[in-house]
Amino acid sequence: MRKYETAESRARGLGSAKNGFHHWWHQRLTAVVLVPLMLWLGIGLALQAGAEIEAARAWVGSPVNATLLIVAIAALLYHGALGVQVVIEDYVHTAGLKWLSNLAVQLACLVLAVAGILAVIQITLGG
Amino acid sequence: MTDSNRPLSPHLTIYRPQLTSLLSVLHRGTGVFVTMAAVLLVAWVAALAAGPGYYGLLMAALGHWLGQLVLLGITFSLAYHLCNGVRHLVWDTGRALELEGVYRSGYAALAASVVLTGVIWGIAYTAAGGL
Repeated sequence: MRKYETAESRARGLGSAKNGFHHWWHQRLTAVVLVPLMLWLGIGLALQAGAEIEAARAWVGSPVNATLLIVAIAALLYHGALGVQVVIEDYVHTAGLKWLSNLAVQLACLVLAVAGILAVIQITLGG
Repeated sequence: MTDSNRPLSPHLTIYRPQLTSLLSVLHRGTGVFVTMAAVLLVAWVAALAAGPGYYGLLMAALGHWLGQLVLLGITFSLAYHLCNGVRHLVWDTGRALELEGVYRSGYAALAASVVLTGVIWGIAYTAAGGL
């Protein structure tokens, strides 16, 4: 099929989907960011095991932790949405259902991320 | 229309399970599971923001043996997806792609995720004041 491509589309290397590289690259970028963030979060949450609400709030609300937590929630759900999209594209074979389930997953991840970030901000502001 | 009864390749029912394919399936499975578990992370911060009533309810649910089992599953899934994800990132640079290296890094990722799960649970039990 290569010979049917224009010189420009071959140079851009995007293929017929036009946006595959963007998806692939963002999945890797968020993966690299998530390696240290999830190690930090795993240990940080483990330290809150059995904690009273005030202690857990103080941990979430400290400026450094709140910042890292917001970045972690955003990166985690963005990475999750990108990953589940690939799984849906591989296993859902009906075009309409594929579109609908992808839309549902993206929306759910967006709502979750916003809710989580808002809660962290509320705790930081002492609400 | 395509015939939906056409045989699919690879023929999973007679295909010998291999470490490479099993770890690949596990990477996807744990990825989807950790994404679903993000609901719990958001529920935790939301309960903290909402007050002692909601936080107490969530803590009681997570303290139940079933809640602990779910948390253990999430911890291992996150640990495995993280370790095997590093393996994928190395592969993306074109390194360690020979069969021998792929098997070695596969066993290493599995071992590292078990160790990481143990470390996180050790920290949690110490923080909660012992067993």
